[in-house]
Amino acid sequence: MMADQKEKINLTIDGIQVEAYEGEMVLEAARRAGIDIPTLCYHPAIGPIGSCRVCVVEIENGKGLPASCVTPVREGMVVHTNTEVVREARRTVVELILASHPQDCLQCERNGLCELQALAMRLGIRESKFRREKEHRECDTSSVALVRDPDKCILCGRCVNMCAEVQNVAALGFAYRGTDALVTPMFERGLADSKCVSCGQCAKICPVGAIHEKEEWQKVADLISDPDLHVVVQVAPAVRAAIGEEFGIPAGTPVTGKLAAALKRLGFDAVFDTQFTADLTIMEEGTELIERLKMKGPLPLITSCSPGWIRYAETFHPEFIPNLSSCKSPQQMMGAVIKTYYADKAGIDPDKIVSVSVMPCTAKKFECARPEMNSSGQRDVDIVLTTRELARMIKQAGIRFQDLPDETFDAPLGISTGAATIFGVTGGVMEAALRTVYEIVTKKPLAKIEFSKVRGMDGIKEASIDLGDRKVRVAVAHGLSNANKLLEHIKETGEHYDFIEVMACPGGCIMGGGQPRSLDPDIAVKRAAALYAEDRGMEMRKSHENPAVARLYEEFLKKPGSDIAHRLLHTTYESVDKAAAVSRKEAM
Amino acid sequence: MVSGAQAKRPKPESQIGECKCHGKLPDDRFNKLYDIIEEHKGTPGSLIPVLHEAQQLFGCLPEDVQQFVAKGLGVPESEVYGVATFYSLFSLKPKGRWTVNVCLGTACYVKGAADCLEALKKELGVDIGGTSEDGLFTLQGVRCVGACALAPVVVIDDTVYAKVKPEDIKGILAEYKEAHSTEAHAS
Repeated sequence: MMADQKEKINLTIDGIQVEAYEGEMVLEAARRAGIDIPTLCYHPAIGPIGSCRVCVVEIENGKGLPASCVTPVREGMVVHTNTEVVREARRTVVELILASHPQDCLQCERNGLCELQALAMRLGIRESKFRREKEHRECDTSSVALVRDPDKCILCGRCVNMCAEVQNVAALGFAYRGTDALVTPMFERGLADSKCVSCGQCAKICPVGAIHEKEEWQKVADLISDPDLHVVVQVAPAVRAAIGEEFGIPAGTPVTGKLAAALKRLGFDAVFDTQFTADLTIMEEGTELIERLKMKGPLPLITSCSPGWIRYAETFHPEFIPNLSSCKSPQQMMGAVIKTYYADKAGIDPDKIVSVSVMPCTAKKFECARPEMNSSGQRDVDIVLTTRELARMIKQAGIRFQDLPDETFDAPLGISTGAATIFGVTGGVMEAALRTVYEIVTKKPLAKIEFSKVRGMDGIKEASIDLGDRKVRVAVAHGLSNANKLLEHIKETGEHYDFIEVMACPGGCIMGGGQPRSLDPDIAVKRAAALYAEDRGMEMRKSHENPAVARLYEEFLKKPGSDIAHRLLHTTYESVDKAAAVSRKEAM
Repeated sequence: MVSGAQAKRPKPESQIGECKCHGKLPDDRFNKLYDIIEEHKGTPGSLIPVLHEAQQLFGCLPEDVQQFVAKGLGVPESEVYGVATFYSLFSLKPKGRWTVNVCLGTACYVKGAADCLEALKKELGVDIGGTSEDGLFTLQGVRCVGACALAPVVVIDDTVYAKVKPEDIKGILAEYKEAHSTEAHAS
């Protein structure tokens, strides 16, 4: 580990001898020693910002009250984290924040799960000494995926940092200053008119209710009650790795069986698994890769499952559009299959089908609303719920998730393999594709099914795979700044890759913008472990072994890459600049 | 940093085609701005000097100018907007020909700056931050200008008016109006 190579530093925190490492901050050292200094702007996913001043401490022979999240440890330092002065300072800081925060907690999306609320409770705030009239600003509902309520924003800067540094999008920024300061897209436009890619990482780390997904779960509950409608649901792999957290189940526990049971009890008419179409994606994308390797281009082929990534490419790297796989994402493939193959098989009028999907992702709401996503003749996926929304729906229905028995998804669109399960984690789509492509090309069974080189949380991973007659160079990037780094590297050096997987969110879908919010620094590793464990436990671990997918080809799609498969399962992309030009022309 | 903007270096013509001024702004200003950006490009911290020069060129920083700077320097638009709105030196709206700064520091305030400000507001028909309808004056309040012995002080562009009384305001503004109309007749 890195930490072992660094110089050790001894300091005293609240009378406890603490060993820390050079460069470590007082906050981190204290937390390791079991002293939980309260924080507000600090988040493990983005590191210290130092803006909120909640984590202040007293340091002997030091000046003032430094913020512990940005104060490096020093040899012999004596720190006090819980003195009267410190407590008073923290209370004042939070009272000042509360003075310009709307006091409508009972109607807030974050009620009971708000970091500011929890902090006010923890600090024992019983009065608000300050009152400030803040200019009211309209809630921004322009985006189909996200809602931004500037009145609730506490200017901590987490979202700005995440959007600019981690995701390299910078749709959100600070504007003005002092009491006029606000977080906003450029020129105070709506998110829909900004460069936002809908990844929702801002919504996932907002400490309060200032940014969240556009909620649609109550609408779904009502649609289920309508006897004339056939409401079908699909659920993505990453959801099962995290939804348990919303019900007090330890992070990293796969809850697939309980999830299937909960969806059935909610009254969905059919409960399908997006993993089925993840396997289907591998068949289509694998075929595409083999074709492109044969035709020598355009390479690298880049995966297209992550709609935040797709929007990012269309906005910031349109020169790579020819490299994007033409495959729709598993969600959209499932949508198209449900309203054609399934409707026909079950004898249900597709007009009466409401196709709902549960995703770890906010960009999926954007994806399903894209105008080209209607190859079944109507909108392929009608409503997308995030993992968090599904948890609310389950709670509202009075279903005790943690006590549910294990049930299974409905056949045939609920049958899947381990390859599909790992779609939810960075490197998973790559690994799933390699398992299938290797066996199809070499016609030999894989000696070792797990590709450890594409696993793990490194921002960019590379590997080389021997396909008999040729070696295939692959790369995996997660988090859009890593994707940007990789693409820039390719442009600058001309380095050759055959196949690249990109997921917009750092860690992959398990850390998607619609997943349960968490302050656990190891959360990505835990959720990844849940999916890998599930994969290991599956009998079928390669997409081309999925018998239900094979039957779908036999009965309906003929073969991977067929005309009908292309019509239903593939799509096209467009540079955002060009799209804007077209819409301008239409407006004229 | 957003690299999409960094990667390409479009010629000034192609960027002018994308601007939203609908031909109302003379093109050569964007050509000049292009040269300014080229000169500063690659130097860390060049956003503020570029915005400063852009404001001198255009009189203010409208959206299309900010977008042009963002694209040219490879800086996110949200960052440009953040800087342009943070500093009171920058203005997003066109300013009047002259800027009238009323000192509202302690000494000036005690000596009656508030009354002078009221007189200016009435005379110009605008609030602080506003520009008179004839486009000649932008009214601003400033903190101490460091000339407390001359309190209350009004500064119009580079000219300092000392010990101003509310009844002086009309006369002071009249000088400028006269100069403006003389120039208009001359040209």
